[in-house]
Amino acid sequence: MIDSTLTEKINTILAEEFEVDVDIIKPQAPLMETLDLDSLDLVDMVVLIEHNFGFTIKAKDFVGIKTFEDFYHFINSRMDGA
Amino acid sequence: MGVYIHNTMNRIVITGMGIYSCIGQNLDEVRGSLLSGKSGVGIDPLREGMGFRSFLTGILPDPNLNTLLERRKRISMSQEAGYAYMATVEALDNAKIDNDFLVSHDVGILYGNDSSALAVMEGVDLIREKKNTTLVGSGSVFQSMNSTVSMNLSVIFKLKGINLTIAGACASGSHAIGMGFLMIQSGLQDCIICGGAQEVNPYAVSSFDGLNAFSQRNDSPTEASRPFDADRDGLVPSGGAATLILESYESAVKRGAPILAEVKSYGFSSNGDHISVPNVDGPKRSILMAIKNSGLAVEQIQYINAHATSTPIGDFNEAMAIAEVFGSHKPYVGSTKSMTGHEMWMAGASEVVYSLLMMQHSFIAPTINFNTPDEASALLNITNKCIKYDFDTFLSNSFGFGGTNSTLIIKKLKLSL
Repeated sequence: MIDSTLTEKINTILAEEFEVDVDIIKPQAPLMETLDLDSLDLVDMVVLIEHNFGFTIKAKDFVGIKTFEDFYHFINSRMDGA
Repeated sequence: MGVYIHNTMNRIVITGMGIYSCIGQNLDEVRGSLLSGKSGVGIDPLREGMGFRSFLTGILPDPNLNTLLERRKRISMSQEAGYAYMATVEALDNAKIDNDFLVSHDVGILYGNDSSALAVMEGVDLIREKKNTTLVGSGSVFQSMNSTVSMNLSVIFKLKGINLTIAGACASGSHAIGMGFLMIQSGLQDCIICGGAQEVNPYAVSSFDGLNAFSQRNDSPTEASRPFDADRDGLVPSGGAATLILESYESAVKRGAPILAEVKSYGFSSNGDHISVPNVDGPKRSILMAIKNSGLAVEQIQYINAHATSTPIGDFNEAMAIAEVFGSHKPYVGSTKSMTGHEMWMAGASEVVYSLLMMQHSFIAPTINFNTPDEASALLNITNKCIKYDFDTFLSNSFGFGGTNSTLIIKKLKLSL
């Protein structure tokens, strides 16, 4: 179970960076489509994660992340492992 | 009896203009500053701490693009691309060009720019700090290249024609207009967004400062830029962006566009001499080429917007070149850099905008701080007061490092009856 504080923090960061209404971010919603991301935006996602969570990932780490829930788990697991 | 119009083939007109500068962030503000002789020069405290000898600069705000452009477009834009966006929106608006026209015609862009130092510095600093190239973000490369303005604006405005940056040092903006003129004249394009942009930050001009090119009048910023004055001691760096819409006469008439003026000719030359020290011969050849190609007599030039940046040798040599070409005919000569400082890559475009505003509203802007002529400027007709003057033809000079020279002659459009 992921702490709701973390999911709310992630939602706020993503909504602010990619300029979408935070209310459209739902756990099962598709991440790329909802945030209207392209390959360049994934680079900025790497920057965003480093800046807000303090660890560095590679763009290829996004392979397999389809939904926001996947993304929460990914961040959570990397934070646990940090 | 009907109106008979002849010789409109290959005539190139200006149908719109826009400006974002230290003397105003739109045409109305700039016109007011030109009329009142208002300086846009001030002090940048950052430069003092960075070891600059001169703390002087044109002062202008960065535009707030957050409400104007979506994130993906903003994130790729350098400081100067932001200035250029603002100037271009104004130019397209008063040229009455809308999105439908842009997507359905092969409109091009030729924009003068010769650096993007701030973006380069910020990007490289991040890579050095993080030791990771991804963490510089997705926008850095598009901000850092000299073509940052043309690449960003061509995407934003969905342009389909020529898409190119013109880098010709402090003549970049003028050469961009000249190249646009030639492309339309040749029939390759009907409409081109031309202009010049210049970033305003310490990084862009630090080495200039090291070359002793800048005025040292830190205690009197508005008096520091004093082109042609005997007591001038160097230029004041400045910037922003200026855009002009160049169009074939046929295209302008077909869509009922306002016609502000006609570009009569473009002259150019290279000094083939010193990398930074200007001479008389190069500028003189550029002026003569423009006059010859315009089909006008020397006496028909009524106002010259000089390159005159307020450097001792540059202003002297330009004054000599003008005096040698124009002889006993003494058109008004002015340097708007007395108010704006030297807008460098932008200057050749902005000074056409300033001159067009004067021509539209029948005045000659003052060359402020011109109090005492030197041996060369005494040969010219320079005023430090705003003069009411109705004129229809002007010449604009722009020169740059490496000895690149550009001259444009622009005239109110008059059709034979």
